[in-house]
Amino acid sequence: MPDTIQDTNLPYAIRAYSPERLREALKKMYLVRKFEEGAEDSYMRGLIHGTMHLSIGQEASSIGSTMALTDEDKITSTHRGHGHCVGKGADLSKMFAEFFGKESGYCRGRGGSMHIADPSKGNLGANGIVGGGLPIAVGAALSAKRLGTGAVTVCFFGDGANNEGAFHEALNMAAVWKLPVVFVCENNKYGMSTSTERSTAVKNIAERAAAYNMPGVTVDGNDFSAVTEAVDAAVERARNGEGPSLVENLTYRWRGHSKSDRNRYRTKEEINEWMGRDPIPAMAKLLMDHQIVTEDDVAAIEAEANQIIADAIEFATQGEDPKMDEVTRDVYTPESAA
Amino acid sequence: MNAHSKPDLRELSYAEAIREAMDIALTNDPSVILMGEDIGVYGGAFQVTGDLVDKHGTDRVMDTPISELGGAGVAVGAALTGLKPIFEFQFSDFAALAMEQIVNQAAKVRYMLGGSVSVPLVMRFPAGSGTGAAAQHSQSIEAWLGHVPGLKVVQPSTPEDAKGLLLAALEDPDPVMIFEHKILYKMKGHVPEGHYTTPIGKAAIRRDGKDVSIVATSLMVHKAMQAAEQLEADGIDAEVIDLRTVRPMDRDTVLSSVRKTGRMICVYEGVKTLGVGAEISAMVAESDAFDYLDAPIIRLGGAECPIPYNPELEKAAVPQMPDILAAARDVVKGRV
Repeated sequence: MPDTIQDTNLPYAIRAYSPERLREALKKMYLVRKFEEGAEDSYMRGLIHGTMHLSIGQEASSIGSTMALTDEDKITSTHRGHGHCVGKGADLSKMFAEFFGKESGYCRGRGGSMHIADPSKGNLGANGIVGGGLPIAVGAALSAKRLGTGAVTVCFFGDGANNEGAFHEALNMAAVWKLPVVFVCENNKYGMSTSTERSTAVKNIAERAAAYNMPGVTVDGNDFSAVTEAVDAAVERARNGEGPSLVENLTYRWRGHSKSDRNRYRTKEEINEWMGRDPIPAMAKLLMDHQIVTEDDVAAIEAEANQIIADAIEFATQGEDPKMDEVTRDVYTPESAA
Repeated sequence: MNAHSKPDLRELSYAEAIREAMDIALTNDPSVILMGEDIGVYGGAFQVTGDLVDKHGTDRVMDTPISELGGAGVAVGAALTGLKPIFEFQFSDFAALAMEQIVNQAAKVRYMLGGSVSVPLVMRFPAGSGTGAAAQHSQSIEAWLGHVPGLKVVQPSTPEDAKGLLLAALEDPDPVMIFEHKILYKMKGHVPEGHYTTPIGKAAIRRDGKDVSIVATSLMVHKAMQAAEQLEADGIDAEVIDLRTVRPMDRDTVLSSVRKTGRMICVYEGVKTLGVGAEISAMVAESDAFDYLDAPIIRLGGAECPIPYNPELEKAAVPQMPDILAAARDVVKGRV
């Protein structure tokens, strides 16, 4: 929960969070970046196979949107979900071990990049299906309401998912039943190669909230404080039993959709422009401007993140491979397995 | 129709038996909720939920919008986080709208997450032809879902099993899909009082016989029983097996029967090709029971077409009692 300071001239995040939480948030943003750079590097060196969807450039959205959540609160995530995992407190070593397909990974090597989950921390999992997590988040919110747990669910999805039928069905039901869920759209401008201009009839996806009689707001998703201000208000509203909200974080992925992307649908200039709006230095500057960290602190936080990633890669490398005769394990829960 | 019951025992219809199971579950377990289209005051398209909303309230007997994909997904999310939803599809055909959540989410999430979660979800599908509702309200899609690891698929054929399998499904930590035949909803039969379960994955021998094994599912079990009675007059002693569970299939019961009779007919309403009967046949062909066969296996399945409207065409599109009779006579008399 935000611990509010009463000075409205300060940016929201500075008012709402302790220096300790803010330093932790900066560290998490570095961890997401370094995790994905490490994953990319490991892929290039042939240490991991398959594909991956990198969220480099989107770290303010993933970390900012999870600031107000406790371990009891839930998230559902997307194929571009590493940042959400880190935001919800995932162990980087188990994340890397999953990438490496090891038994010590979050999914014992069965899920890979697209299915990292940590139910013990309220992370119900990334999802390989665009829009797949939307109704599941509504179900988690239904449980919270029926069981009276007070938990809020943050449902991450991308601009692409906003054109799935599941988006309409999920938002409508959440509103009809007034459920404690926050829909966080990370609009990075492209569903694979197709821009929102070419795919989406409204300019801002948040405008669609009106169709579900819920608040909708569009914010600069690379501005950590703006993201927390919008998402925290929506979380508070959900927690108070006032129902769902839609927050649209405008952001940009620097890398391609996945490993197959040749970047033919966007210009170098556009990519460079967004790289100039890197959310991590912006966050570091915000904290320095308000005397929460010094330049040396930032360097130390970055170095700490680098070390955590190096240790995580080492942990993953040392991990055991799954046993081949256990290929069908975990299809069913043991007591009931046929 | 009659479920071969003893007259002195309490009888309920198949629909009433399902309702009683849901009532027991709602009463005994606060985490159970019912979800579906028009299952509240309307009582469900086939009046299966009936008046349960009056007793348990709209929070626990929840009408959903007409949103099969979203509704199924809400049920998956609820099952992942502490509730035990029983999700009713209005017609099994509408599952096509929700296949994403059933197949990609409910069935796979436990595996994808390395066993860290379970999805205690029950889905009910009113299935089958015979109501004149034509192609989009009549098909039998149990083989589609039976093809998906992570799901369990059952097809009760009697009121007793309809109740017992539903209560077993609720105790199961994994997603269980229950295909209920619409024509059976009004069928009466003995139903024990109170809570009991019918094991998932166990077939039932409905009639002992030595000449031919008729392995049937759902409504076809009753057609097979009628055929068996007539075959008796011909001196043919048919064994009728009610498969009850499509996934996981009861291999032992089927193979033991075939070893005894040396002949097998599979009768199922779903389209014949790549259907439940194909799996049963392959199961026999791959086992030692194959050596006991005295005649080729016969599959009687649905015709290779959608279910038509015209009542005679509709009958022609699925196996009927005379088809079973003829097949049994042929296979026993060596005419195959």
